[in-house]
Amino acid sequence: MAAMTLLPLLFDTLLGLSLIWLAWRALTSTDLFQAIVLFIAFGLLMALTWVRLDAPDVAMAEAAIGAGLTGALLLATLARLKANNKTKSAPEKKFSLLLTLIILPVVTGLVYVVLTLPQNTPGLAILVAENLKTTGVTNPVTAVLLNYRGYDTLLELAVLLVALLGVWSFGGVPKPHEAYSGPVLNMLLRLLIPLLIMVAGYLLWVGANAPGGAFQAGSVLGAAGVLLLLAGWQLSTRFAELPLRIILVSGVVMFTMAGIVFIVSGRQFLEYPPSFAGAFILLIEAAATLSIGITLAALFLGGRPGLRRHK
Amino acid sequence: MLISEILTSLLLAAGAFFFFAGTVGLLRFPDVYTRLHALTKADNVGLGLMILGLALQADSWAAAGKLLLIWLLVLLASASVAHLIAKAAHQKGIEPWQR
Repeated sequence: MAAMTLLPLLFDTLLGLSLIWLAWRALTSTDLFQAIVLFIAFGLLMALTWVRLDAPDVAMAEAAIGAGLTGALLLATLARLKANNKTKSAPEKKFSLLLTLIILPVVTGLVYVVLTLPQNTPGLAILVAENLKTTGVTNPVTAVLLNYRGYDTLLELAVLLVALLGVWSFGGVPKPHEAYSGPVLNMLLRLLIPLLIMVAGYLLWVGANAPGGAFQAGSVLGAAGVLLLLAGWQLSTRFAELPLRIILVSGVVMFTMAGIVFIVSGRQFLEYPPSFAGAFILLIEAAATLSIGITLAALFLGGRPGLRRHK
Repeated sequence: MLISEILTSLLLAAGAFFFFAGTVGLLRFPDVYTRLHALTKADNVGLGLMILGLALQADSWAAAGKLLLIWLLVLLASASVAHLIAKAAHQKGIEPWQR
């Protein structure tokens, strides 16, 4: 019987060591492509780690955004870097020394904080569980993200939007290199895109009482967009201006409006009455899912649509 | 031990063997085409065996159906991606390995 209790420990140890090793390899690799692949592998193992920590919500977000979409963004960036300038830049010695001097105290501080954490505290979990009835949902993670700490999530949406504005400030969409279309990719897309949209809808709906929610659903939607863009699909210019922008901001706008509506009846910003909370959270998450998905796909596009960049 | 548990163990072990074979192929085979062949074929069978083993332990038909769906999706994705990688390699002018 001892082997049965030892096995999970062995697995977790192996997982932890692999994470550290992959992180180290990704950071020290001189080949950027290799570093990105290692980073994606790191993200997938990180997702597995979250599963081991009983945090399936975070695991899904990590796998979809951390490994999947960030990986795609990094690879797209690398392709563009290679196309634009072929200068090889080894990290300068002075720079890496400075970096070490900055990072070392941070790591020391973090290790100190983690080691001095009190053991086995329930944290706020009990408080969340006691007040779950007033939140309008039964998934505690969604309750925290959309109700208790609504402004955190609102700001996260805003950060995504600002990131996209940063990308857009570089100008129009870079000239697309030949897309890898063909019968196989086309058939794959025809099967996958409707399925991805359905999965996004499912994750959005199920987020109220099980792992899932706007960020997971949005990243699935974003993945569908990335696939379409890779296959050479282009946004019609009719939708590239106002309609696109309306969808991009709809998450933040809906969230803010839902937060303001009840101020007139004497409540705080982002405080919903329990009887409306469920419906409001679904409404916010639906808009947020759409915004997140389109924002992620637009980030992958790498420029402002409707504006062709001249080289 | 129940018969289903023994069957699950056997299927999981067989699946692990195919994954192992695929990984050995990925590491040892000489070029991109043969590696793709080892990886996608062996891993698809390995995953199928594991899914079958896990489906035997599923609480409901719905759970077993979800597991089956995962396998079908991986089959679809890996077969297509293998084709795309091989096509890209071919277009780049990488010659297939010959003895």
